[in-house]
Amino acid sequence: MFKILERKDLAPSIKLFVMDAPLVAKKARPGQFVILRIREGGERIPLTIADYDAEKGTVTVVFQEVGKTTRELGTMKAGDLLQDFVGPLGVPVEFPHHKKVLGVGGGLGVAPLYPKLKMLHEQGVEVVSIIGAKTADMLIFEDEMKAVSDRLYVCTDDGSKGRHGFVTVVLKELLEQGEKFDEIIIIGPPILMKIGADITRPYGIPTMVSLNPIMVDGTGMCGGCRVSVGGETRFACVDGPAFDGHKVDFDELMKRLATYRDEEKISADRFQEAHECKLTGKIKEAERDAAE
Amino acid sequence: MPLNKSKKKTPMPAQKPEVRRRNFNEVALGYTQEDAVNEAQRCLQCKKPGCVQGCPVQVQIPRFIKLIAERDFDGAIKVIKETNSLPAVCGRVCPQEEQCEQKCVVGKMGEPVAIGRLERFAADWERAKGVKTPELPEKLGKKVAVIGSGPASLTCAGDLAKLGYDVTVFEAFHKPGGVLVYGIPEFRLPKAIVQEEVDFIKKLGVEVKTDMVMGKVLTVDDLFDMGYEAVFIGTGAGLPKFMGIPGENYLGVYSANEFLTRINLMRAYSFPETDTPIKVGKKVAVVGGGNVAMDSARSALRMGAEEVHIVYRRSEEEMPARQEEFENAKEEGIIFDFLTNPVRILGDEKGWVKGIECIRMELGEPDASGRRRPVPVKGSEFTMEVDTVVIAIGTGPNPLLIKATEGLELTKYGYIAADENGRTSREGVWAGGDIVTGAATVILAMGAGKKAAASIHEYLQSKK
Repeated sequence: MFKILERKDLAPSIKLFVMDAPLVAKKARPGQFVILRIREGGERIPLTIADYDAEKGTVTVVFQEVGKTTRELGTMKAGDLLQDFVGPLGVPVEFPHHKKVLGVGGGLGVAPLYPKLKMLHEQGVEVVSIIGAKTADMLIFEDEMKAVSDRLYVCTDDGSKGRHGFVTVVLKELLEQGEKFDEIIIIGPPILMKIGADITRPYGIPTMVSLNPIMVDGTGMCGGCRVSVGGETRFACVDGPAFDGHKVDFDELMKRLATYRDEEKISADRFQEAHECKLTGKIKEAERDAAE
Repeated sequence: MPLNKSKKKTPMPAQKPEVRRRNFNEVALGYTQEDAVNEAQRCLQCKKPGCVQGCPVQVQIPRFIKLIAERDFDGAIKVIKETNSLPAVCGRVCPQEEQCEQKCVVGKMGEPVAIGRLERFAADWERAKGVKTPELPEKLGKKVAVIGSGPASLTCAGDLAKLGYDVTVFEAFHKPGGVLVYGIPEFRLPKAIVQEEVDFIKKLGVEVKTDMVMGKVLTVDDLFDMGYEAVFIGTGAGLPKFMGIPGENYLGVYSANEFLTRINLMRAYSFPETDTPIKVGKKVAVVGGGNVAMDSARSALRMGAEEVHIVYRRSEEEMPARQEEFENAKEEGIIFDFLTNPVRILGDEKGWVKGIECIRMELGEPDASGRRRPVPVKGSEFTMEVDTVVIAIGTGPNPLLIKATEGLELTKYGYIAADENGRTSREGVWAGGDIVTGAATVILAMGAGKKAAASIHEYLQSKK
């Protein structure tokens, strides 16, 4: 069992857990991920490592409440235990001797972008970052990103904070203005990474993306996470999750991510129902107590 | 002792095909005491028993069968356990027809003695009574690490614990048992039996750590630094092979590993009570002809598929699956398309599988495996409409731990090179089971675990 040491609500549906996982923390490197399971009968879900502290033995993960498992995770608090927390999985990212790097993070993607930029910043690389979200209150890791960036652009889709528009608009502007980067790292929803990679391609700048396909074991055993990269089948869990964004078949990835859409809905609806029953049950109990 | 001269094996009660094809309960129900005694009386008690030679771990077969015939079931299981630590498993999944039973003299005039069924009976007899923990020797104060928790690892760990070593098993999944848990379905090997075997080695003092992806969270070097004096690697052949044909990434195409793991380990058959889903359509094609293909096809049926095909490029004769599993699958209504090879998987605009384009094959000259090589018949392409495809054409070695371990010599196929005692090129490191041989049987893996345990013991005794 693995203990949740700290919980932070970063945005209405985005939560951060600091987990007690000393062995994982000791080996974790930027770009790696964990697989967790809440309890017996639960599913195994991959989450990218957002931060780690080998000395304290902690690993930080950030998740958005979307399906059943993440919603259930969202009901948990500091002191609660997770059944399984496996890692660090995947290949750590490595950068050659870069001078200047651009990081582009959209939505939840800012969390996995952070440790990579933090490492580059600590290595003395000049870091420019563009982060964005739908609305101001959905924006995460702004302070953390500020701390590791020489220059930070903030965007929101509705204009409630920073630039009005997508992160890819700023990305395009910077490149059009002739700014040069040794590498660009784009992490976010697949469609954002696809558009972003299309923007950087004509400039010939190496572009790294981090993929989050459906996984079961996370150790190369099932092949469920297979993605086409440069026409070859790769397993995101053991060959990635970081890949050359110019070579990834994002259309295929997006299709494959929809495999269990119907089942995900069944699960989420059941969870919602059970949860509401619990809530209404509690309200009824309270009413009864008040009446007595 | 009276001799039963029946030419046929005493039948074992089983679920009827029309019933079992829709449930995950065990197919074969096991012998009653009367059945077992009756069958045991078919054994001729040969002076030079071929069956023992046919057994990879040399179970003293005539001895235990004699005890069953004498109704000394406790004695029988004791004899089996002298050399086989997982009899309830082996009695169910060993290919006896190629091993002990193939060498049985009774089999020359009819059906051989049902050695597997008798082994299963004796093991189940003991399980029903509750397995006693043997007395443990004094601790030697030496630590051994075992990586993986499949049949090779469980056997190795159990044997070393009985010798007095402090053994830790490191398992990547959340549940120990390896292929016995994620691969072999409930209807062939109930998971409760695997759990009992794991509980048994825990009673021997073995510590089992789950969620430990070795090579990632800890390396072999870390283990030596932590004070382990020997390491056994039994990580299996877990890397799924795909065919490399167009369309393999369409939705609804699974590797057998994923298909079976979702069902067996993650219990997708209980979805949405459990959280892991699986998509099994109306018409399923399983590609391959081994036991894993049979398991996948029969699982698909139990998940509600209306029609399940096994598509195999060779003919029935070359099929590597056990005869018994083939019979079971046929009885349950699985359709076999022999001499048929997929060339392309077809999908719809949303990316879902809608069919497989196949080509008919014919058998040519023998190939390296000694089996006649299947060659395509020109112009015989045809399309099979299916909505789910499971690829069960074999597995390779998972490179995760291997890549993270320095100084480990590999075979040309990427498996770990080891001598007959499981010794690898690296001092203090042994390996055994599928990670050395490639995908093979439970009993061979157990045999390898056993030899390695003996070799590790010898090494640690001489190393002062």
